[in-house]
Amino acid sequence: MPQIDAQDFINALPFARALGMRLDQIGEGHAQISMDWDARFVGDPATGVIHGGAVSALMDTCGGAAVLSYPGALGTATIDLRIDYMRAATPGQRITARAECYHVTRRVAFVRATAHDEDSANPVATASGAFTFDRKEQP
Amino acid sequence: MKAPEPVQQVKHRRDSALATLVGAVPYAGFLGIQFERHGDELTAVLPYSEKLIGNPILPAIHGGVIASFLEVTAIIELSWAMLWDELESGRLTPEAMADNLPRLPKTIDFTVDYLRTGLPRDAYARARVNRSGRRYASVHVEAWQDNRARLFAQATGHFLMPQRKNV
Repeated sequence: MPQIDAQDFINALPFARALGMRLDQIGEGHAQISMDWDARFVGDPATGVIHGGAVSALMDTCGGAAVLSYPGALGTATIDLRIDYMRAATPGQRITARAECYHVTRRVAFVRATAHDEDSANPVATASGAFTFDRKEQP
Repeated sequence: MKAPEPVQQVKHRRDSALATLVGAVPYAGFLGIQFERHGDELTAVLPYSEKLIGNPILPAIHGGVIASFLEVTAIIELSWAMLWDELESGRLTPEAMADNLPRLPKTIDFTVDYLRTGLPRDAYARARVNRSGRRYASVHVEAWQDNRARLFAQATGHFLMPQRKNV
């Protein structure tokens, strides 16, 4: 696919921009996107832990980016996404998601993703999903 | 026979408890999510705003917004169902609740089906608690925009329930 400018990619997605996401790496079916902890994204005020939905938005964006970077991809949309929450993300710490598009068919891309905070050895959440795969038609 | 509680008092008590519950979740406010109540039935409303867009070409609401909307709806519904009996019996008052916010259920897993593109207009969601035990709960959520029968997303999630004292 054409070279993706990291900041252009995020700027084109108003909600990714609203959550302050940063595209760290992308290419060949892999992507890494991160975002800062922010008081506005908190789900449980008693703990200051970020809402699962914000982590989900990060994983979904990262999954979509991984699919778009797969050779031959033209466009994508999420069909389904399952998130498993392993532990609460530590308040104040940056959250990083890594996604891999590990298989594509003519029309479908399969993705798995992991999110962690500054303790990269213990994931905060994992995800797996199916995305539509719009590809360049073979001649 | 005891005289029934005046209707305005009942509504005020329920509405202020709901407002306290929802108002305590910053992320719900960030997305602009509101809740409408009829008796104990809740409908979540997500008013459209430009920042919710994920695909500006279509344009379509971001999948992460939809997942967030459904998860917020599930957690509020589950908390509401958990607190309802205490609020109705008077064991818990909205004032006591505001002073000592209830612990919220924690999401174990959440699976979203994206059925149709989320259009740039308001969205609605309702959650159904299919099973709520002492420790675990299973909740299904449906979301629509123009037609209640044409869902644009649905989700199922499992939650770890907070341990409540004196219940």
